[in-house]
Amino acid sequence: MSLADRFARLPHLLADDPDLVRRGRWLNVECRVDIGAEPFHLVLKEGALVSLDRGPRLMRSTVFTVRGTDAAWGKYWEKVPAPGWHDLFALTKRGVASFDGDLRPLLQNLQYFKDLLALPRRLPEVG
Amino acid sequence: MAPVLDPMVGRYVRLEIDGVPHRIYFEEAGSGIPLVCLHTAGADNRQFRHLLADPEVTKHFRVLAFDMPWHGKSTPPDGWERTEYRLTTASYTAAIRTFCSAMELDRPVVMGCSIGGRIVLNLAIAHAAEFRALVALEAADFQQPWYDTAWLHRPDVHGGEVCAALISGLVAPQAPPVSRHETLWMYMQGGPGVFKGDLYFYRVDGDLREKVKTIDTKVCPLYLLTGEYDFSCTADDTQRTAAQIPGVHVQVMKELGHFPMSENPAKFREYILPVLEKIAAA
Repeated sequence: MSLADRFARLPHLLADDPDLVRRGRWLNVECRVDIGAEPFHLVLKEGALVSLDRGPRLMRSTVFTVRGTDAAWGKYWEKVPAPGWHDLFALTKRGVASFDGDLRPLLQNLQYFKDLLALPRRLPEVG
Repeated sequence: MAPVLDPMVGRYVRLEIDGVPHRIYFEEAGSGIPLVCLHTAGADNRQFRHLLADPEVTKHFRVLAFDMPWHGKSTPPDGWERTEYRLTTASYTAAIRTFCSAMELDRPVVMGCSIGGRIVLNLAIAHAAEFRALVALEAADFQQPWYDTAWLHRPDVHGGEVCAALISGLVAPQAPPVSRHETLWMYMQGGPGVFKGDLYFYRVDGDLREKVKTIDTKVCPLYLLTGEYDFSCTADDTQRTAAQIPGVHVQVMKELGHFPMSENPAKFREYILPVLEKIAAA
């Protein structure tokens, strides 16, 4: 399973975590997450993921974007990540990930997004 | 059935820091060598509750952990509503020395974490003779910032929740979930703008590059311990600092992050007990 394939499992992973959906219940936003070169467009309503569109979408607007290299997501999603690869801000500090756009909804719901983007850790390790 | 009581006792001490009256909350336990513990930015003395309750520590040490002004149960000074809180090297150093003096502590050991670790370095630079030993957890002469503190205090973002969410990544993945969330809870309870005000010291006023070279460990032994998962003060930051200080003891702590005493008390104990034994035996 590629890294992007793992991220594509996000709807199932989030649906299996009702507590995380509960914690995001005030959140409504459209945002983008890039797994290496592959973009994903997320529509979140009241903490639930109502759509996840994989691949480029012409003129699709987004409130904010989280980008990470393949190496960043690969290490971030290890069951027990190595020091310096275990948090989104550890990744941005080392220059392998970035946040762009209007970051207010991200910061207003920061723990939710950290936990959301860490969900692929629950999948089997990449072979 | 008898009540199940923790061994530490909490009290308030009245003192003046730089001429300003304060009512400072502290907890203490044990007897022997005074050991003053300094909490991290935006938190309070509860971070040291496991150390205060550890008989292996309190049989040789009188452990005292106080809440910095504006933190925990130490209320801000009168008129706080007309000021913006900003911790500086001078005000932080004054608070610690005033507490030690008001409590009549004879050459105490001071152990601080994060900003508490940074100020311990300043105590080693400027006031070493007043202390028996100094222990700096998660400390370095300087660290690269990794977020914009403007997000910490504004009306459209919950200050407590954003502070806790930001620092949650500094807790090692191996931390027991209960201890991780207790550590985060303390951050959620900080007063508005207090974490941001503490970071003024950390980022703007407390740069100790060059100055650490003047530390003389023959006057006062210095111990530096940093968790491997701390990406704010990295192990490299601490080792770079240690390389400039002859005679310093330095230790990288496995499976620990930025809050060793509260995020994983049992693991931290493995590292801190040998340090305290050395200090007690000296």
